[in-house]
Amino acid sequence: MNAQQTTTNQLPEKKYIRSHEPIFWGLFGAGGMLTAFLTPVMVLVTGLLIPLGVIDAEHLSYEKLHHFVSSWYGAAIVLVLVALPLWHTLHRIFHSLHDLGIKRGRDWQQVICYGFAFAVSVFVFTLLLQMFSL
Amino acid sequence: MSKRKPYQREMNNDWWLKNAFYSKYMIREGSSILITLYSLILAWGVFRLSQGEEAFNAWLSALQHPISIIFHLLVLLIALYHTITWFSLAPKAVDLYIKGKPLDAKFIVAGHYISFIIVTIFCLVLIML
Repeated sequence: MNAQQTTTNQLPEKKYIRSHEPIFWGLFGAGGMLTAFLTPVMVLVTGLLIPLGVIDAEHLSYEKLHHFVSSWYGAAIVLVLVALPLWHTLHRIFHSLHDLGIKRGRDWQQVICYGFAFAVSVFVFTLLLQMFSL
Repeated sequence: MSKRKPYQREMNNDWWLKNAFYSKYMIREGSSILITLYSLILAWGVFRLSQGEEAFNAWLSALQHPISIIFHLLVLLIALYHTITWFSLAPKAVDLYIKGKPLDAKFIVAGHYISFIIVTIFCLVLIML
């Protein structure tokens, strides 16, 4: 009885390694949702209607946009619209590399993919902070 | 050293070209590349905006280049493809139950399309204000 007790006590406690996947998957899902609902209209406006003059460029003028991004909500909206889709697309690109059978340096592929999305997010965030005014 | 030699099935990189279902899957995944580039164009726009009016106007006029127009047309098509695939998967993610009965998938998909149209019109009106 006593001997049995000691053996059970000696059993090493099982360690669970937490995955960081939920964070990236959450950003992937949110980015995918945003891309599905807003990217088509964004491309239509910034890439087609305004350059082709269908919508007057006055509606996306420097003054108007600069004024918008210098508010906290404008900065937040622009950051989300520009950066969040990247967390979606880079997640997909990372998994597509596996689908294409590129096996080498899987960890580094992950670091580069999410690191890229992170770097662009920081880039945009810093610029918005620079233009921010109370 | 293990002497075991497990059989590894050969998998060529063109597996997705031989079956229409897999090709569509890879087109969906590939949409990410164009959407990434579009996001980078926008990020660049924010950078030019921070540099002043002249820089921002130069960015706006660069968007008028024919190559830019063709590129954005491609992005629009592939983004719409992403939207369609995303909405067709929506019932798997939403999985709504009303009074214990699962809501028919087509209502969830239709709801997404209706919201998409409303959001698109709302944004087009918003930019004109």
